[in-house]
Amino acid sequence: MLKDVTFGSYYPARSFVHSMDPRFKILAVIAYIVFIFLAKTFYAFLPLLAFLAVAVAASRVPLKSVLRSIKGIIFLLVFMAVVHVFLGGNGDVVEISGVKLQFWIFSITYSGLIGALFLMCRLTMLVMGTCILTLTTAPMELTEGIERLLAPLKYVKFPVHELALIMSIALRFIPTLMEETDRIVNAQKSRGADFESGNLVKRVKAMVPVLIPLLVGAFRRAEELGDAMDSRCYSGAKGRTKYKKLRLTYRDAVGFIVISAVGAAVIVMYCMLPALL
Amino acid sequence: MNAIEIKALGFSYGDVPVLHGVNLTVEQGESVCLLGRNGSGKSTLARLINGLLLPKEGEVRVFGMSSADKDSLFEIRKRAGMVFQNPDNQTVASIVEDDLAFGPENIGVPPEEIGERITEALAAVGMEAYRRSTPTRLSGGQKQRIAIAGELALRPDILILDESTSMLDPRGRKEVMNVITRLNREKNMTVINITHYMDEAVGCDRAVVLSGGTVVADGSPQEIFSMGARLEEYGLGLPKAAYIAQKLTENGLPLPKGIFTAETLGDKLCESFQKD
Repeated sequence: MLKDVTFGSYYPARSFVHSMDPRFKILAVIAYIVFIFLAKTFYAFLPLLAFLAVAVAASRVPLKSVLRSIKGIIFLLVFMAVVHVFLGGNGDVVEISGVKLQFWIFSITYSGLIGALFLMCRLTMLVMGTCILTLTTAPMELTEGIERLLAPLKYVKFPVHELALIMSIALRFIPTLMEETDRIVNAQKSRGADFESGNLVKRVKAMVPVLIPLLVGAFRRAEELGDAMDSRCYSGAKGRTKYKKLRLTYRDAVGFIVISAVGAAVIVMYCMLPALL
Repeated sequence: MNAIEIKALGFSYGDVPVLHGVNLTVEQGESVCLLGRNGSGKSTLARLINGLLLPKEGEVRVFGMSSADKDSLFEIRKRAGMVFQNPDNQTVASIVEDDLAFGPENIGVPPEEIGERITEALAAVGMEAYRRSTPTRLSGGQKQRIAIAGELALRPDILILDESTSMLDPRGRKEVMNVITRLNREKNMTVINITHYMDEAVGCDRAVVLSGGTVVADGSPQEIFSMGARLEEYGLGLPKAAYIAQKLTENGLPLPKGIFTAETLGDKLCESFQKD
């Protein structure tokens, strides 16, 4: 049950997108997110959608895996949309056979409905885009990329290397801790613990006997890992070399052209066609 | 020069004494197993050799370098690699290759050479095909072989195994022991194996027994397992084959002394039946 968490899990394959430089991919996703927020009309979504389609196709990740990422945020999506429908709009109130859908401070307006749809599209595209990054970039590459991108911060004494290492270790331990959680849950179930019934408070309380052993276990693991790292001569960033060198290739150039084109299209629409809808 | 030289070593966790008066010398290329019941100080001794713990009394020298000397600690750890009990808690990276690179990166090996070292280490543990795999998806024995490879990438002369097979299934245990034996025989690696499995001890050149925080017996596994009643006193058992031979002898099927492995047991049994 805990194993199908897609967000942040890598889909190993050899593809155009997989072999891109993680630094470029991170920057491209940031640019993509900015473009999403610059897109003010549904038309402006078209270049972004086209970009998504191209990225998915070039990444050889099955569409199913990308779509699965949305499953995790569906509750959030619906919640935000509902709030937006009731509170976000102004202007004409929706009328169904003469009945105005209005009550106290809540009213359903056309602009609210459109806004909610717009918001949902935006969030969906945002999550799908970032998912392509995490699906095609191994966690180590990702942290490597972040480490390199943040490298200038070293000069203001920011512990870039340590931060990147912590991140990669955290990512490395996610599956291990998931497995352990499963095991603890099963152990508690076999001793009669009940996780499925009762109200929310009761269910949250039922999780306490799972979280405590998990936490204790995590500390024990941390200590053992520390010993293992010590005995492999870890002593911080000083004097360390890097096995993998990140290299920009023609792929990143192609990627740059594509994302620039998308950006240009979005920006043109942003400036020139403010009232297309 | 001796690989490991321990003199009058004493150690305590706070007020709790763990080791006292430990003397031990190990030559390069020897395979030594450390035996003893839980709490006899085996793991502590291993940590003292590797410099994870520092002696409170006496000294530990690895290739002449004292672990009390802060400047040589790095060098000691480089030459005396340690593999721990839980295979899940020793990998730092999500890809085998990146994990093996961790050690060499730490000691500043140039990138081109790290690649060579990874290839070499993977070949030594027979895991060449798993270079791009995810450690969490491997079996226990495979994970532990990767952990060994992670140490081998540092090109150590000594490999310390701190109950490294205790969390593995019989098959995984066998995989790991085969790798260790091969490293010892073919690469002249000094091996210190801390174990609860008497059958693993039989394959070593030498067995050292710890009890109550000090060395109480030191000799060939054959000598150690012939100690009789003292074995029990130290919390040790007999290897399975030796136990079976002993029981058979006691119950009227006399077998010669000195049976410690399943193979010799089988041979001797056949011989004794042929005689009849």
